[in-house]
Amino acid sequence: MSSISNTSPMPSEAGASPPSSQKSRRGKHIKHAGSERFLPIRLLQTPAVALLFLWMIVPLAMTVYFSFNRYNLMSPDQTGFIGLENYQFLLEDPAFWPSIANTALLIGSVLGISVIGGTLLAVLFDQPFRGRGIARLLVIGPFFVMPTVAALIWKNMIMHPVYGMLAFAMRHLGMEPIDWLAEYPMLSVIIIVSWQWIPFAFLILLTALQSLDVDQKEAAQLDGAGPIRIFFYIVLPHLKRAITVVIMIETIFLLSVFAEIFTTTAGGPGTETTNLTYLVYSIGLQQFDIGIASAGGIFAVVLANIVSFFLVRMLAKNLKGANEK
Amino acid sequence: MNDAKKSPLWVGLLAWTCAIVLFFPIFWIAVTAFKTEHQAYMPSLIFMPTLDTFREVFERSNYLAFVKNSMIVSLGATLLSLLIAVPAAYSMAFFPTGRTQKLLLWMLSTKMMPAVGVLVPIYLLAKNSGMLDSVTGLTLIYTLINLPIAVWMAFTYFNDVPKEILEAARIDGANAWQEMLYLLLPTAMPGLASTALLLIILSWNEAFWSLNLTSVDAAPLTVFIASYSNPEGLFWAKLSAASLLAIAPIMALGWLAQKQLVRGLTFGAVK
Repeated sequence: MSSISNTSPMPSEAGASPPSSQKSRRGKHIKHAGSERFLPIRLLQTPAVALLFLWMIVPLAMTVYFSFNRYNLMSPDQTGFIGLENYQFLLEDPAFWPSIANTALLIGSVLGISVIGGTLLAVLFDQPFRGRGIARLLVIGPFFVMPTVAALIWKNMIMHPVYGMLAFAMRHLGMEPIDWLAEYPMLSVIIIVSWQWIPFAFLILLTALQSLDVDQKEAAQLDGAGPIRIFFYIVLPHLKRAITVVIMIETIFLLSVFAEIFTTTAGGPGTETTNLTYLVYSIGLQQFDIGIASAGGIFAVVLANIVSFFLVRMLAKNLKGANEK
Repeated sequence: MNDAKKSPLWVGLLAWTCAIVLFFPIFWIAVTAFKTEHQAYMPSLIFMPTLDTFREVFERSNYLAFVKNSMIVSLGATLLSLLIAVPAAYSMAFFPTGRTQKLLLWMLSTKMMPAVGVLVPIYLLAKNSGMLDSVTGLTLIYTLINLPIAVWMAFTYFNDVPKEILEAARIDGANAWQEMLYLLLPTAMPGLASTALLLIILSWNEAFWSLNLTSVDAAPLTVFIASYSNPEGLFWAKLSAASLLAIAPIMALGWLAQKQLVRGLTFGAVK
């Protein structure tokens, strides 16, 4: 969790200028910064900070504590410190490594699909065409669909092997319908989750694209640059920061994909669609083994920290480049 | 890429095709909701629309109780987090110290904690305090998970308030409270409104904690829809009608606020 606080550029980019740069405009405040007069105002931060601190520390400390103890709700009298045994059990669980692989596969695929799809769509929607405003609303629509609805509609009405839309279309084309969730369970989950996140990437990237200087593009055109060169030399570099932000935010959310799996495959068949989040849920809330589930939770936290460490580094480098320009 | 004024026809055609393909599942929910169960299995657009299915959903499934839970939880959590976040953002934006920036980043970093890392203790805490399957419990959780976003968004909006207005007010002798009540809140109101919108959307659609912490009494719409997964999911018309009612209001809000959402969802990094 601490990885991010070492880097600083985000708020300054956020239009939230860092305090130092405001000295000139707000000399008055800075002068009084340490004085009693502003103390009550600073206290306004206390509830937010205290609550977030508790929210971060207390449950996390409990997870760490449980992970070193024997604790199963089914046999509540057997408790006690057992060192790393829970971690050992977890590592030996035949579902553990598949769940890590599935988590990586799910995050990687959805990131790839949504970022590439979102970028292409954003470039397309940056062109003027008839009804653009309405088409744009249609594209971002899926982002506002609650995960359980998205999952069930896809599972029942689109991917159903007999009555689903895809089966209907395939029969029309003379092909054998596919039982998506049974034959390609992970692919199906990836499709459903991507459907929800393409609109997000699209919306962010289109917004970023619209801040691109039109003159720059026109100048390049006058110089004889074709659309493809303009895309790679002007559009893509301009979008770099927004893409980084999209990757970072999506990764955080995708690590916790749960409802889509819960309502479609329940992690199956076998462990084919069990990600780390679902595994911890099933050990903790279905088998009631608090100790092992907590060890799994710690793995998730470590994984998230590794990811956010690299992403924040990437973002920081990006921002630095943008600032120096 | 093309002339700024005109694009070739294929650009529009391609864009519209993409839009229709992506929107199709939602369109299909809307169509199927007006069919009978029998018609729902046929991929036809020609049928007599009926409201019977909606009637059935309302009559048989206690639907309104779930709607009520969703509304109480998302509005309650939004109000609570704004109540805590706005004063904090105000003091951070206008009375910054050397630590303010670090504090903001730390708040952002709390969002990086995967929910599953604290699932077990939160579940046990809720269970032992009687907050399992309680509207209050879920509201508190949503307040906490949305708090960093609320602080960040309010902070960026406060930062956009022209500083000259404040200086003028201060010369006229306004104190900090008057300043906040009569100057800042009105000026930043549109921004705070879109903050509220984003928080409502996020809480309405949240499906990790709601699925894990509620079952009957406090279950919001996300949980109710999940109950269609087996075996009631076979009733496609009912599933569609219930889903349509659950997603339509929030999609309308999202469409209205799409520009402002970008800022909130990216913690102000893209606007």
